[in-house]
Amino acid sequence: MNLALNIFTIAAVSAGMFFFLAGTIGLLRFPDPLTRLHALTKVDNLGLGLVILGLLPQANGLFGALKLVSVWLLVQLSGAIVTQLIAGSVRQHGPQA
Amino acid sequence: MTLPSIFDIGLVILMLGIGASAIIVRNAFAAVITFVVYGLLLSLAWVRLSAIDVALTEAAIGGGMTGMLLLGAVAPLRLAKTDGARTSLPVRLATGVLCALIAASLAIAILFPPETILTLAPTVMENLAQTGLGNPVAGVLFVFRALDTLLEKVVLLLALLGVWSLAPDSVWGGIPGLRIYARPNSTLTFLAQLLPPVGVMVAIYMCWVGAKEPGGAFQGGTILAAMWLLVIIANLKSAPSIDQSWLRLLLVFGPAIFLVIGIAGIVMANAFLAYPSGYAKPLIVVIEFALTVSIAIALAMLAAGPPERVRQQ
Repeated sequence: MNLALNIFTIAAVSAGMFFFLAGTIGLLRFPDPLTRLHALTKVDNLGLGLVILGLLPQANGLFGALKLVSVWLLVQLSGAIVTQLIAGSVRQHGPQA
Repeated sequence: MTLPSIFDIGLVILMLGIGASAIIVRNAFAAVITFVVYGLLLSLAWVRLSAIDVALTEAAIGGGMTGMLLLGAVAPLRLAKTDGARTSLPVRLATGVLCALIAASLAIAILFPPETILTLAPTVMENLAQTGLGNPVAGVLFVFRALDTLLEKVVLLLALLGVWSLAPDSVWGGIPGLRIYARPNSTLTFLAQLLPPVGVMVAIYMCWVGAKEPGGAFQGGTILAAMWLLVIIANLKSAPSIDQSWLRLLLVFGPAIFLVIGIAGIVMANAFLAYPSGYAKPLIVVIEFALTVSIAIALAMLAAGPPERVRQQ
């Protein structure tokens, strides 16, 4: 049981790391701000989501797990809104503003 | 080489790189952003050193709050034309020499530590049980070195006075000139409506848990300040003018409570800032909550900057 949970953690965190890597490559390689933002949102949603999912079996009790999930939800919220704000500013002032 | 030490070495290399680029980069805005990233990496380093309290403070104050203050300082510089007015050579030389001196003395302190390292940590752990606290950092801050903590809060108020005195006479007592980013129905408005209740809860939790585990007044206060600034920036509530008496009362509320309990200690426990035995923990929790409110307001007002317009009567 314990081994299965550990394997699950390693698999899910590795999958999350893949999205972090992909998002970082996107941030460095994509041509304009909007597509770069798009790459970053994948890191927030899927990357962090999978890392948190993988860490849940290792969490310190139910409250520890709830704290992890709320960290993910808060990052989701702030990430989505900051992305919107940056994109709105890019649209209004152009990429150099 | 073990996995954690590979991580640590990578972290240190990253920090050195980011630190260097914060100094080398010519654009002030980019330098501030790099500085914030440096603060976040530094807080990771504190986590690796098992100093969670310091890590939380570094992330909140070093990365977040200082970053916001620096951004506030960069914004007017971008508007004002500073066409090529470079600092003179002697000033730059003096800066370089002073920085090199600080770096050299730090290097000496780290490279040639004394034979026996003086530490009071075992004494703290032995006496911690008497205070009723579980967090040794809270024990040091509020019991063993309470005077330092009290003075630190007063310094925060002095810093705020320094910022406020930058106001021209005509707007003294007016409203801080924080930039408002609100557009009606923007997502920022949504965030400023949704996040503050969550943030207030987290701040109260941080402050309460500080007696037992990592957390405390500074961390909780920073989150409260951030929530307040968010509401102001989203234009849901305007910044208060600095001559409001409730604002000034709340600013001194925390240090005043601390001082009153400290003076009461002379009568009740025979020493300034001592707590009567058995009442240490409840008194410290009272002080922490009072300080959280004052720290939150002081930090928010520091970030809001000097007054720029007069209050409409």
